[in-house]
Amino acid sequence: MTVPHTHPLRLCVRRTPVPGEVRAVQRVALRVPSDVDCIEEVVAVLTRHCLSGAEASSHVQFRLQVALSDALANAIVRGNREDADKQVYVQVDLHPDAVNIQVTDEGDGFDHASVAGALDPGALDLPSGRGLFLIRHLVDDVHFNTQGNSICMTLRRR
Amino acid sequence: MGLSDAKSASGVMIVRVEGQLVVGNRTELKDHLQRLLEQGERRFLIDFAQTGYIDSSGLGALVALARKVREEGGDLRLSGLNEDLRSLFELTKLDTLFAISDTPDQALATF
Repeated sequence: MTVPHTHPLRLCVRRTPVPGEVRAVQRVALRVPSDVDCIEEVVAVLTRHCLSGAEASSHVQFRLQVALSDALANAIVRGNREDADKQVYVQVDLHPDAVNIQVTDEGDGFDHASVAGALDPGALDLPSGRGLFLIRHLVDDVHFNTQGNSICMTLRRR
Repeated sequence: MGLSDAKSASGVMIVRVEGQLVVGNRTELKDHLQRLLEQGERRFLIDFAQTGYIDSSGLGALVALARKVREEGGDLRLSGLNEDLRSLFELTKLDTLFAISDTPDQALATF
């Protein structure tokens, strides 16, 4: 079930000491309703915050947009199953040379290692199954938590 | 996402996609082409010169549309992919599934 997207998205932006970092890192947090219609706006807002004024190339911006869109879609559709009572939590840490994006849903999680490859024989003309494949190829590093309901993507600004 | 149509002199329906083609709006494109199919159109060129990004659901919608158009005896081709968009098709090997041209004129010459 989808919910009407009636509330404006609210970003929480703060400078936060992050373990392992000498300088405070700007951390952006956002709570997203389980509504796929929100995704395009969330991607636009976060892209502006993550890359505005930075020396990131348009290629980096493109990779961020596609990876974030697919991570949010996975969280909303497969994680929260579009349950209006559940949220998706996005946390972005802005480092001088990289952006770390964590997307966490309230679902049961899944075994990411079991996802079939998008290039498997017979999968080429299937309409779905490319999301995780694209994420893995577009960002520089991908991690999942043990439960499988949280993905952390690192994208270097180069 | 915005969609606009134009019919070439050779009878190919050109559909231009403006903005993003993503999970939240992919059905708009699918419904749009379905209506054109019902109106009897069979040859389609989807132009992405004004498109920002496409996510995996958008790619999936194009795959489903290509299959649908083929089943109806038609032909669906693509044009206007910038370097980033083309890289998505190459990564997923969808460049082997679609006929892709740099410009609409080049694509129209291949029908």
